[in-house]
Formats: sequence, C-alpha cells, structure tokens
Amino acid sequence: MSKILIIIRREFLFRVKKKSFILLTLFMPFLFAALIFVPLSLSSIKDNSQQQVGVVDKTGLYTDIFQSNERFAFVLLADTTADLRADDNPLKAVVYISDTLSTHPDALRIYSSEEVSSELLMWVQNTINEKVRSDKLLSYHVDGLPEIIADVSNQVDVTTVKWSEDGTEHQSSTFVAVAAGMLLTLLIYLFVMTYGAMVMQSVLEEKTGRVVELMVSSVHPFQLMMGKMVGIALVGFLQMVIWAVLLSVMIYVGNILWGVAPTMGVHTPPGVDASAIAAATPAANSEVAEIMAALMGLPYCELGIMFVLYFVGGYLLYASFFAAAGASVSAQEDTAQFTMPLILLMLFALYAAMYSIENTNGPLAFWASLFPLTSPIVMMVRIPFGVPLWQEALSLVLLYGTAVLTVWIGAKIYRIGILMYGKKPSLRELARWIKEK
Amino acid sequence: MGNRGCAPRLPIKHESILQIDELFLMFLTAQHIYKRFSGKQEPALNDVSISVPEGRIFGLLGPNGAGKTTLLRIINHITMPDSGEVTLAGHPLTADDVAQIGYLPEERGLYKKMKVGEQAMYLAQLKGLSRKEARNALNEWFECLGITAWWDKRLEELSKGMQQKVQFVVTVLHRPRLLIFDEPFSGFDPVYADLLKNEILHLRNQGHTILFSTHNMASVEEVCDEIALLNHGRVVLHGEMEELKRRYSTGEYEVVFRKLEAETLSLPNADILSEINTHNTTRFLLRKSKEMSVSDLVCLLAKQGELCSFSEKLPTMHEIFLQAVSDANSLT
Repeated sequence: MSKILIIIRREFLFRVKKKSFILLTLFMPFLFAALIFVPLSLSSIKDNSQQQVGVVDKTGLYTDIFQSNERFAFVLLADTTADLRADDNPLKAVVYISDTLSTHPDALRIYSSEEVSSELLMWVQNTINEKVRSDKLLSYHVDGLPEIIADVSNQVDVTTVKWSEDGTEHQSSTFVAVAAGMLLTLLIYLFVMTYGAMVMQSVLEEKTGRVVELMVSSVHPFQLMMGKMVGIALVGFLQMVIWAVLLSVMIYVGNILWGVAPTMGVHTPPGVDASAIAAATPAANSEVAEIMAALMGLPYCELGIMFVLYFVGGYLLYASFFAAAGASVSAQEDTAQFTMPLILLMLFALYAAMYSIENTNGPLAFWASLFPLTSPIVMMVRIPFGVPLWQEALSLVLLYGTAVLTVWIGAKIYRIGILMYGKKPSLRELARWIKEK
Repeated sequence: MGNRGCAPRLPIKHESILQIDELFLMFLTAQHIYKRFSGKQEPALNDVSISVPEGRIFGLLGPNGAGKTTLLRIINHITMPDSGEVTLAGHPLTADDVAQIGYLPEERGLYKKMKVGEQAMYLAQLKGLSRKEARNALNEWFECLGITAWWDKRLEELSKGMQQKVQFVVTVLHRPRLLIFDEPFSGFDPVYADLLKNEILHLRNQGHTILFSTHNMASVEEVCDEIALLNHGRVVLHGEMEELKRRYSTGEYEVVFRKLEAETLSLPNADILSEINTHNTTRFLLRKSKEMSVSDLVCLLAKQGELCSFSEKLPTMHEIFLQAVSDANSLT
C-alpha cells in the first residue's frame, strides 16, 4: 500500500471511530427534522381558524370587494358601535372606510383591540390598492379606458389563470428549486467550513504534539498533507451519505405517520423560506402531489454530479488554506489571524448565494458563481434553475485551476511551517517560505 | 528496555568493506553541506562534512544552536540542503532511503488519542513494513519489553517514561541500518538514560550504525566511537574519539601511592602539578617531558613507594571542545 493511502486510511478510520462523530452523524438528522416538523405542525394548527372581520364602508363603493375567503369572514356593519370594543366581541378587527379612497388616501383605518395581524393588513392593503388604482385610472376619462383597463387586468387575469391552472406546479417548482439550491449551498458551506477547520485542527495537533517531525522522517510533507485532506474529506462524504439515507427514511416514515404535508419542510432549510412553507402547508393534497412531482422533476443527476464536483473543488481550495494556516502557527490562539479572512470570504459567498436566489441569472449571481473562492457556494443555488453549460464548465475550470494553485502554495507553506516553532510568521515570511526551494 | 537488549533479532547483512574508496567505506557521508534559512544572516550549516563508518556509534556534539538538528534533518531527508550531498551506503540519499533510517527526534511526540498498538502499526507501515511484518515485529518487541498489555491503551493513558519506550520501539522497529537519535539523553531520569545507553550499545553490536547528537559532552564519552564537533554551523573537529583524546592530551598523569619512601617524589624529567594527601594515600598530578617514555616514568615511580594507581589523564570532551573552538577561532 502506498504511503498516502496508509495516511488516508488512518485519518479516515481514526475520525469515523470517534464517539463524537458517530453521535453527531446519527442524531443530527433527527434534530434537523425536529427543527422543521415542530414549528410546521404548530403553524398548521393555527392556520385552520377563520377570523371574523367587520367592515364599515361609509361610501358604499368598496363593499363588494370584501368577499369572505378561507382566512377571513367579512361582516358588513353600518357603523362602529361601542360594543365592538367589548371583550366578547367575535370580530377580530373592523375595517373602517370614511371617504372615497382615490381622493382621500388616508380615509382607511383598521380598528382592533389587539395588534392587527399582518396577514389582514396585507390583504386589505393589496385589495384596496388594486381597486383604488383602477378607480383613479377611470377618473381620467380617456376614450376607451374601461376597455384598456379590462385589457390590462385581463392580461393580469390571464397570467393568474395560467398560474392557477398550471401555476401550482410552476410556482411550487420554483419553490422546490429555491429550496433545493439553498439546501445544497448550505451543505457545501457547512461541510467546507467544518471539515476545512478540521484539517487545520488536525495539522495543528500534529505540530503541537510534535508528531510531525517523526512523520516527515517517513513520508513527504505533501503526502502527509494530502493524505490528511483526502481522509477528512472522505469522512465528510460518509457523513453526508448517512444523513441522506437517514433523512430519506425519516421522510418515508413521516409520510406514513403524518401524511405528506410535513415532508415538504424537510427539503427546506429552516428560516430560509418561511413564506414558501406557509404557502405550501395549507395546500390541498393535489397541490402537495404536484410539488412532489416537481421535486421528482429536479435534475438530480446534474445536481448530484455538480454538488460533488463543487464540494471537492471548494474543499481542496479552502482546506489547503486551512492546512497552511494550521502549519504556520504554534498555538490555537494564533489561528484567528489566518482563518478570519477565510471565514469572511465564505460568509460573503453565502450572502451572495442568498441574494442570487432572487435573480439567479443576474450579475451578482453570474460573477460570484465564476469567482473560484465563492463559486462552490453560489453556483449551487443557480443549478436547479438551469445554468448554461459553458458557465458551469468555465466556473469548474477556474475553481480547479485555483484549487491546484492553492494546494501547491499550501503545501509549500505547510512543508516549512510544520517544523517552525515560536512566534507566528508574518506575511512576508510566508511569502519567503513559498519561494524557498 | 532490558539490559540484555531487545534489539533486532534478524541479523543485519554486513557488506564486506573493501578499502577501495573512502566514500564506499563510509556508510553515511555528508559532503560540503551548506544551508541557510531564509531571513537569517548566518548560515545554519557552513561547508559541513562528516563521515560515519558502518557499525559504529557516531556522536555529533556541539552547543545549542550549533546546527546539529538541522544536519540530522538533512540526513533524514526532511530538510533539503542549499548545496552539498548526503550519501548512504555509497549512493546519494533519496526519499526511499528513509526506510533504512530510524529517527528519534529531539521533540518526542506520538498521537495522544491513538491506541498504542494501532499507532505503532501505522508508523511501521509508513516505514515500509507490511501489516504482517509490522505485527510480528511489534509482538516481539512488546513481549520482550513486557508491554503487551499496553496494546489497546491510548497513548495519553501512559506515563511519560512509558511513552518513551513506545517511541523507542517505533524508532527501531523496522530494523533500520542507520539509527539517528537527536538528544536521546536529554530530559529523562538517569535510569531511563542508562537503559537507553545500554540499548544503543547493544544495537551497535547487532550491526546498526548509530548517529546521535547531544550538547551534553559528558554523556558521549563512554558510548561514542567517533565524533564530530559542531560550532556555529562548522565542523571544528572530526575523528575517532580515542585518537582525538590522545591528540589533545597534555601529557598529564595521575598517580596514587599508598606509601611514599621519601617526603615527596623526585622526578628529573617531570613536573609535579599538584599533590593531595588523604587519610592513607597521596595523589599526584604529573606532567612528563616529551623525552621520557611512559614505561621509564612507571619504573621511576615504582621505586619511590607503594604505587597503587597510574593513569594517563585524558582531556574530557568538554575540554577538547573548548580547545578546538579556540583553535578554530585563532585560525580565522
């Protein structure tokens, strides 16, 4: 067996056999699922209630737009009365319109004995604004304006129809794409960060434990560094595979126990797309089925291959930095200076990825998914939406080119750094190490 | 590490040494090694040459910072020299040669969280042993040292002295032809140091070539066959220990009498440097002149009383070192 394989084997087995690894790997998916299931089931309980809302319309112009729906039951009132303030009043709120809104925009009020729910506020605002806009347009008395408005709103109607007919699938596939992209991005971010830091930790441990001189009397420093990096990456892959299997089992079990709805949440990172979850939860079974269909329709093969490629590239890139950082210092406390820039870069990449979701083909998304230090994280959100092949290819070439370069630089610093003790090197010294024969 | 020594059971092949060529004769040579670390003005090693014959114990002496560890690292193929060459068994040193070298670094350390057996297996495999060979060799060593029970213990559970034993086993396990010990005696209790000394002598008798460094000159006197003295990155002295001692000897002799005939000694061709009287002996320090032979001196002395001890007072390594350094300085 070649020396590098022996090193990979040890680094892998040593970590995989650790209790902390076994516990984390087995319990994380349960924790993850609990984080999603619990709020989801809580919110779905609340969602079923219908609120009663009173409407007082002094003008009489707007009564017909307050149509009761599954969230709100509107009750038309002649005027506000004192007993509306009573505690046992069944009306949650009263919408009060005192004048024509197109001429008096401040004539709309909502009264309530508690905070007005944002849901009601949004609904009233949107509906009234739409009405006021068309009223205002009509007030211009342009020839054939009613037709124009009808035409315009027809177009809107057409879109809406399209959305309601075929749209659930369309909308949910966007949501699924966002969710899948975000999940993969977070996974890459978390794994590169965690396992990169693990490489640094391990290098530093070997250095402070003074094992490293014994090691390099048997193997080349590059073999030691690469063996360590590869071994730890394999640990990461193993963890990912176990998580994927456990999550699939949990989704399957969740399907049987609670019906299909909660399983959606599993595919959504917590806190990322709460509105998407909210939109999905009250959905009828058919909608869920369509989302499931959209989920099945994702380009899994492409996603899988790209995920592995970007994970490996990003990991090599960052882990070699981390290895060099670990080799350069003699104590844990000194690592911050070298790791801070790396962590900031990765955080920047994560934010870029989040903003790229809004426009997956915009300039931010485009450049950040080509720039090698951010591309592994940003490209993952774009892929579910479809990325031209040349961009993927260019981004990968840049990523792997840079990774080879950083591994080379990292190895140079590592080689010298592991045998240097004492004060931490300045950047100038690091540059000299790179140049040294 | 018992006194009988646990050293390699398999005999090492001795190549017949022919006096064809100085290089061929020497098992290990370093020739004109120059090494300067970036950012340093002074070179760590400046034109350093040493040669170590096979089956001998070679001591690399010098104060802290003389460049000993750097030279050992170069011989171990850890650091590359800026110029100069290292040869092992007649050919230039390559990365594969590390399998023939066992290295005990000055800063000892093993993986603290790893089990002793696993760890030793791992390090042995990195030195090129197969799993089976490593397992067999380890079983022998562990049995011999009576440490088989440690196999499944994590290193951090062992005492410092026990960890040393494991480290020593790891160093010699693959039966390297060349053993390199960097400051082997530093920082350990005298019992351990004594055991180690015995083991080193035993290894030498088994045919291993041993190179070790120390700043503690006294520790090498009874062990080393040859030495090189290093100071400020230069070799100031190189040669066989006995020969060096003779070369630096000042012609002083120590004699002890139980009973003297006269008040004091009368020696025509020798100076009496000191005289110490104890309860029933008298101890003299003499320096004989060049013309007088040792046997004449003894004859002369024997006539003057009951002589009970006569020995040449050879300089200590420490004295030789100081002398060599001042000689080297006066040359430049």
